[in-house]
Formats: sequence, structure tokens, C-alpha cells
Amino acid sequence: MDFSIIAGNIDIYLEGLKNTLILVTISLAFGLIFAIPLAVLRTSGNQYVQAPIRAFVYFFRGTPLLVQMFLVYYGFGQFDLLKESFLWPLFKEAYFCALFTFSLNTCAYTTEIFRGAIVATPHGEIEAARAAGMSTFLMLRRIVLPSAFRRALPAYSNEIIFMLHGSALASVITIIDITGAARIVNSRFYSPYEAFLTAAAFYMTITFTFVFLIRRLEKRWHGHLQPADQSVTKIEAPV
Amino acid sequence: MKRILAVVSMCMFLAASGLALAKEWKEVRIGVEGAYPPFSYVQPDGQLAGFDIDIAKALGKAMGVKVTLVAQDWDGIIPGLLAKKYDAIIASMSITEERLKKVGFSHKYYQTPAKFIIKKGTMENFSREAIKGKSVGVQRATIHDKYLTDNYGKDVTIKRYGTQDEAYLDLAAGRVDMLLADSVALSDGFLKKPEGKDYMFIGPDLNDPKWFGNGAGIAIRKEDKDLAEMFNKAIDTIRADGTYKTIQDKYFDFNVYGE
Repeated sequence: MDFSIIAGNIDIYLEGLKNTLILVTISLAFGLIFAIPLAVLRTSGNQYVQAPIRAFVYFFRGTPLLVQMFLVYYGFGQFDLLKESFLWPLFKEAYFCALFTFSLNTCAYTTEIFRGAIVATPHGEIEAARAAGMSTFLMLRRIVLPSAFRRALPAYSNEIIFMLHGSALASVITIIDITGAARIVNSRFYSPYEAFLTAAAFYMTITFTFVFLIRRLEKRWHGHLQPADQSVTKIEAPV
Repeated sequence: MKRILAVVSMCMFLAASGLALAKEWKEVRIGVEGAYPPFSYVQPDGQLAGFDIDIAKALGKAMGVKVTLVAQDWDGIIPGLLAKKYDAIIASMSITEERLKKVGFSHKYYQTPAKFIIKKGTMENFSREAIKGKSVGVQRATIHDKYLTDNYGKDVTIKRYGTQDEAYLDLAAGRVDMLLADSVALSDGFLKKPEGKDYMFIGPDLNDPKWFGNGAGIAIRKEDKDLAEMFNKAIDTIRADGTYKTIQDKYFDFNVYGE
């Protein structure tokens, strides 16, 4: 065990940390932005709108992230049509391929999470909104989506953590993320234990930071589900 | 006290059985890579083939032991040896100072220089100036990775791949400008193939022992000195009886052993 190797190469890890955070944040942002309208459309009655969304979600949930990334990174590079098109400068970059795959992947999962949350909206709330004369859009904005976000939060926080851990696959396509940094350090010093343990520590720190932030958000959004204030209960309890 | 005794005797027993194993090698498990043509690759039918593979089998025959091949990804190949997943590595591994800190080696079984390749017509003459700003692909954890990192780390963007095959794909897709690897692997694994026709060697033969070591040897765990000796003898045997030349001629039209 020789952690001086790590101390001497901490800059590689810091670069990896930067890349992991950028990849995960941007992918999650894009995934979330596209998932909300997709989830709404997926729950709309029209089956011609629903079918392609359902196919998209099936594909990305039904195949491993690694396979999707290989398809995009090595697979797309095989088609001359794409290589000669204006899109190639984008797909040439490993970074873009990773962002593209991760965004689509997390978008598919998030769509499904939100779809579940929207479907679970209590009937009474919708009836009440209708009775109050709200349009469909107004009802979505004021009633359905806010309560769906609340219900989706615990499942979505899981998705954030899965995405963080899934991002380790970016190291396979030459990107130096936290795992990529560990692989470089491992290959240079042949010390897998120190190299990957450090990577694990980085991931754990990020995960727990996320968890902490989400818990604060949950406290706020799920305030109505928390047990009543302890101090109040104490006073009311008979002696 | 009893417990300590038990632990001590257990340890001694394990040590003794380890010694007993070391004395007699009936079966040798050999770690190979399988993604480094023409030295090591997987045939369409799923069988391993290549120079390394044939050498491994020939050496096993010369030593009179049963050889089991274990395919293992390159950047985990030394940890796999240390974890006793196999007993030796025959995977075009150069004998370098860095690796000698972790594993032992037999004598070399071949030695070829390293070289850069690039797309034809994109560079006139090789120089540090000329390659500045280029992206160069190497296989991770190789001597080429280390050489490039130490010598050109500040001048070029290094892209590291798990296998040489992935590096070829990205060169053909235009994602990297150049590759640095073993000259024979590059020539037979890429340049001579249809997808490599627009590419060529550039720059000098690289063989500075500081980075490139003294040829490719068979890696073993440090404690298995007897196994290294067996391999050394077997290398001499197959070189003397013509087996080595037969295998060499199957893959190359030049002397791959070096001087």
C-alpha cells in the first residue's frame, strides 16, 4: 500500500473529477429537459404519439449503457454517410459521443419515472381542476406536474446516482474521467488497489453530496408527509 | 496459544504445499491478450491465434507441460498474474525496469522496434515541431504509452485505448491523427489490411532500452524462478530445433527475434 503515488498524481484525478462532473451534470440536464415533455406526451391518449416514445424508452432501458456507447462511438464511425455529413465533427469527439449516449439513456429512464408519477396523480385533483375550468395546459402546470415532481423525487434521485456511476464507462472511449484517471495511474504504477480505491473515494464523496442535497430538497417538498413537529406533540401529550 | 499454533502450522502447510507445487509444473496457465494482431487475436471461429499463441503452445510442448490459455485484457494482465489467475504471460510484453519491479521475466522471445503511423500526405518530415498539437493514440499501460507520456506528453494529446484494435478503429474514423505502437503489430495488424492502405510509417525506429526494454519476454511471478528457467530452456530448444523459425515464417517474412 503506497498512497504517495496518489498524492503525486492527484492532478490526474482532479482532471478526472472535472470531466465526470461535467459529463454527469450536462447529461442529467438534457435528460431532464427532454424527459418532462416526453413523459407528458407518453401519458396523452394518442397512440401515434405514444408509440415512438415507448420504443425509445424500451430500447434504452432494454440495452446496457456500454453497448449503447459502443454503438454511438465505434458504430456510427462506420457509416460514410455520417462521416461526410456536418454532424461528424461532433460525433468525432469522444466527449460528445459520451454526452449524447448518457443524455439519451438518462432521458429514457427519467421519462419512465415521470410517466409513473403523472399516472399516479389522484383522480380527484384532476376532476377538481377540470371543475374549476382549467385548460389542459394550465392543469398540467399547476396541478399535475408539481405533484408529479414530488412523487418522482425519490426515484429520480436514484437515477442521478445511477448516472454518476454509469459515467465511469466514459473511460472506455478514451475520456479521462475519475475511472479513466484511476486506470492511467494503475497502468503506470501497477497498483490497482490504491488507484481504484481513490476513485471509489471520489465517487462516494460525490454520491453523498448528491444524497445530502436531495434530502434537503425532499424535506422541503415532502414537508406535508413528515411526522408532526415533535415539540408540539410533547406539549399536547397528556401528562 | 493453541490458535496461534494452528495459524502457524496452517501457514507452514500452505507454504509447503506452495513449494511442492513450484517444484513440479504439470500444467502451466498462460495469460494472453487476444486483441493484438498478428501476435495475438481471435479468429472468426472464436479460437485464439497468432505468434504469441503459437509460441506459447510450442514452449509448452518443449517443457513437456499442459498449456491452458487464459484470455485477459491488457491493462489487467499483470494484476491477473499476481492474483494467480495464470502462471505466466505470453503477450508481447516488453521487459522493462518498471515491470521488473512487479514481476519476473524469462529471456526475450522476440524484439522489434516501435514506430509512429500517420495518414499519407498529412506530414512531410517527422519532428517534435511537426507533431505538436496532434492527437496520438496508444494502448494503455504499454511501453508506447509510457514513452509518449514521458517524451511528448506536453506536445500532443494522448488518447489511450484498452486494445490496439480500438486504436485502429479510431485512426480509421479520423478521431486520432497518429498511432504509436510496435512496428510489426502496426504493419501486419493495420497497414497491410484494406482499411490501412492510406496510412504509413513516419519517424525513426524507436528502441531506446530505457522505455522499450530488451525485447518481449515471458512474465512470471517473482517467486517462480524455476518457471522462468524452464521457459528460458524452452526458448533455446525451440530456437535450436527449428520450431521457432517455422512459427516466425508463418507470420513474418523477416527475423523477428532481433540480433
